[in-house]
This record gives sequence, C-alpha cells and structure tokens, in this order.
Amino acid sequence: MTPIISIQNLTKRFQGSDSGSVLALDNINLDIQKGEFISLIGPSGCGKSTLLRVIADLIQPTSGTVTVNDKSAAQARKDRDYGMVFQNATLYDWRSILKNVQLPLEIMNYPKPERDRRAREMLKLVELSEFEDKYPWQLSGGMQQRVSIARALSFEPQILLMDEPFGALDEMTRERMNNELLKIWKTIEGMTVIFVTHSIAEAVYLSTRVAVLSPRPGRLSEIIDIPLPQPRSSETREMEDFFHLSTRVRNALRFGVES
Amino acid sequence: MAESVRDTAPILPATRADNPPPDRTNIKTILTMLLLIVLIVLFWEGAKSFGKSNGYKLAVGDSTIDLSIFNDTKLPHLPAIIEAFFQPAQRNGPPLYQTLINYSIFTLGEALFGFGLGGILGFLLAVVFAHSSLMQRGVLPYVIASQTIPILAIAPMVVIWMRNIGQGGLAVPIIAAYLTFFPVTIYTLRGLTDVPATSLELMHSYAATKAQILWKLRLPNALPHIFTALKISATASIVGAIIGELPSGIQNGLGIALLNFTQFYNQSPPRLWAAIFTSALIGMMLFGAMALLERFVIRWQVKESD
Repeated sequence: MTPIISIQNLTKRFQGSDSGSVLALDNINLDIQKGEFISLIGPSGCGKSTLLRVIADLIQPTSGTVTVNDKSAAQARKDRDYGMVFQNATLYDWRSILKNVQLPLEIMNYPKPERDRRAREMLKLVELSEFEDKYPWQLSGGMQQRVSIARALSFEPQILLMDEPFGALDEMTRERMNNELLKIWKTIEGMTVIFVTHSIAEAVYLSTRVAVLSPRPGRLSEIIDIPLPQPRSSETREMEDFFHLSTRVRNALRFGVES
Repeated sequence: MAESVRDTAPILPATRADNPPPDRTNIKTILTMLLLIVLIVLFWEGAKSFGKSNGYKLAVGDSTIDLSIFNDTKLPHLPAIIEAFFQPAQRNGPPLYQTLINYSIFTLGEALFGFGLGGILGFLLAVVFAHSSLMQRGVLPYVIASQTIPILAIAPMVVIWMRNIGQGGLAVPIIAAYLTFFPVTIYTLRGLTDVPATSLELMHSYAATKAQILWKLRLPNALPHIFTALKISATASIVGAIIGELPSGIQNGLGIALLNFTQFYNQSPPRLWAAIFTSALIGMMLFGAMALLERFVIRWQVKESD
C-alpha cells in the first residue's frame, strides 16, 4: 500500500544570524498511511512543530523530500489537501463564528449557498450551531478551538494537521475535546490526522501510531503502534494496555533525551 | 486597545458573553466634559479677578511678578468673547458668528479635500510598503524626512507651483494633505504588517493569493490602527488648511480671520479668541466624526465592562 505521506531523508537547518545554525530536524524518514491518526510527540525544541510545518509546506526543508499522494508538499498545499489547526484557535476577531468557518471556503471561491451549507454543517458537527452569530471573544477557549476544527474541516481536506491544538486547555476540557476529535475522525471516512502534542496520555489515547522525537538535533527515535480497540472511550484510559503503551512512549522519550 | 484584545481573546471566559449597556458610560463622559468646562471657566475668570484685585502685580519676597497678562486688553473676559460672536467684525457688516460660520465651511471644505487626498495617498503608500521591503527601505526614510520640513516653509512653494500649472485652487488641499498622509502611512503600515504569525500561516495553508491576504486579513487587522491615524489626521488637516490659506491670499477662510484678528488684537482681543474657539470646534467636530465612524465600523471589539 502506498502511503499518503512519505517523508524521506528530511533535514531542516535554521540559519542563525550570528551564532551559526541550528539543526532542527535530522534525517527524518516516515511513511503515513491514509486514514491513520499519528501523533508526533517530544519535549520542547525537538522540532515536532517544525516537522508539521514542513509537511504543510509552510517551511521549506534544507534537504530531503515530502511526498503527498505522489505530489510535492507544495502541490498538495495548492491543491488544498491540508487542514490546519494551531494551538491558539487563530480565529479572526472581526468575523462572526459562521464567517470564521467560511473563511477557507471564501478563499477557495465556493459559491455562497455552498459556503453557508458547509459552514452550518461543520458547526453542527462541533455542536456550536447556536453560536454562529457570536464573535470569537464571546466564546471560551475550548469552544474557540472547536470552531477552528470546524473551519479546518469545512473544505474536506484529506489531511488534518494539528499543532498542539488542546495544549492551552484545562485537563477536563482537553479530554472532552479528545473524544470529540476522535468522533469527527471516525465520521469522515479516510481522513488522515497528524497530531503534535507533548502529552503522553493524549498521544496514546488518540493515535493509531505514535512517533517519538528526541531533541537537539530532532530525530525520530521510535515509532510505536497503538493497537488499542476502536472506538475509544473513558474505559480505554483504564485498560492495562493503555498503561503499558504509555510507559513505552515515556521510556522512548527518556531514552531519546539521554542518548 | 487592539493589541490587548488580541492577547486576551483566546482565553476569555464565556461569562463575558454579553456587552454591558453603554448608556451609563456615555452619561459619565458627558458629565466629565461638563465638569472640565466649568473648571476652565473658573480658572480663567479666577485668574483675571485675582490679577485685578492685586493691581496686576504680585509681590514675591523682594521681586514683583507682572500680572498684566490678565488685564482686559491681553486676556478678555469669557462673556466678552461670547458677546464678540454677535457683534459685527466690520462696520455695518454681519455679526461675527455669521462670518466665522462662512469661513469655517470654506476651511472645512478645503481641509476635508486635503484629508481625503492625504488619507488615500497615505493608505496606498502603506500598502506598497507592506508588500515590498525594498520600497519600504528605499522610500520610507524620505517620507519621514518630509515631515521634518516645517509646513510654513513648504506652503508658499506649493501655492506658487500650483498657480504655475493653473491649479491654484488645489494648493490648500495639497498642503492639508501633506500633514495628513504621514500618520495614515505609519499606522496603516503597522496594522498591515503586525499580523499574528499563525493567522498568516492559516492563509498560506489555504494557498490564498496576496490580494486575498490583504483583503481578508491584513486590512481588517489594520482597521483599528487606521482609525487612530484618521483621528490624528482629522485635526491635522484643519491646521494644514488654515496655514495653507495664508500664502494663498484666500480672503474667506479661518486662516485669514486668525491672521487679521491677531494684527488687531490690541483693539479687540475677544475677536481672536472667537476665531480660535471656532477653529478648535471644527477640529473637534472632524475628530468626533472619525470616532463615530470607528464605532460604526469596528463592532467586533471587546467592550470594556467597567
């Protein structure tokens, strides 16, 4: 089976102004299959966000290639294959909630009735229909992030790229958001999710695979399969396998730091 | 103001979902303004009566301070200024207020023309600078340098040039525009470029064009900054028009009124003050119009709930 995303010999070096350069990513090789939910986990400064942005074609790699559906990452971006969700919801203050969800559809020149239909459908999916006329500041952090997910999904991208989307939320909200995200991922057939996080529990709970990165230079130290049964629920968190897998990820992280 | 909204918005709790009614704040503002006017009147008239009761001299230790600036030929009574509005400035002429209203309409027209001209020029420059760092580095220093040249030195040249090309009527608006475009350029440029990194990344992830990014992100992001600039420029355009009228030889504007009444100050101080208050009033009117427009256009901001 050909992977939807194939990353080969990827290296990213940031050129500093005076103190030389920093090797952010060192020879990353990773294949991601269609429909996977893969987490990139690692401590701060391991380059996981950089890797996500290189896949998204927001940052150019120093060497190596990213192939998406047999295309370059640049072509995939132009073809609107990517939906992005950032740590801060990045909603536009001057747009109502409905208008925020419609933003990508406006950029992509969807006709107005289609924009309205899709945006309302997406707001229903994230259960925020009654807030469509509100402005971002009138919503809580968790609600804002749900709007940003609705916005990312509105144009049905094949790949959802998420950069620590729930990192700023409290533990309770975060767990609820995890369940909602899994529900959405199940609803949309064949959607691939790449999820950056530094929470072990979150990575194990959500993912079909966890890629562990080690810092300075950013290297892929281990890829761990998460064969926990689907669909996942609060019982999943109490399974013995959940603890075993969490421990494996934790050890991989520790090993990466010490080596 | 705009910055603080952006910084706090993502973590604002949902409990602030409703705007507080603005009526009470408005009443407070009006009361504060009235109080300020009362204080100014008290201070003005108090200083005059203090000067008079001391024979316009104040002994401090061995030396005396001359208080003659408070006498009626140097600082008129406020009622005398109000009275001056209703008396003719020239023998058998119309009352002064009527003349000043006509002059104000003329000057305001020229100022508005210049304000529009400068606003558009300032905005276009900012858009060019925001998209080309080469232009910004190459041209912006000259834009800044242009503002260090006193308007008094430039105004007569503009008048001569415009008359030479047969467009003498454009001289005053151009001089007003010279004072207005600069704040618009600087503030708009800041608003267009000071965009959160992820907001821009979001646009790139949609493969948005530069025009789409300008229209849907940079411009709305710049609006609060643009209105700050417009409020500054509104008053500057009045100053520009008044100064521009002097070398233009315009006989029916506030500029000439201010100049004439300055020359005849010793004979009738209240007239100059009447003209000064009139100029200040139209400046405030233009400022107020911009503030009103701002409230109408920018409705998405967090309302302060104090």
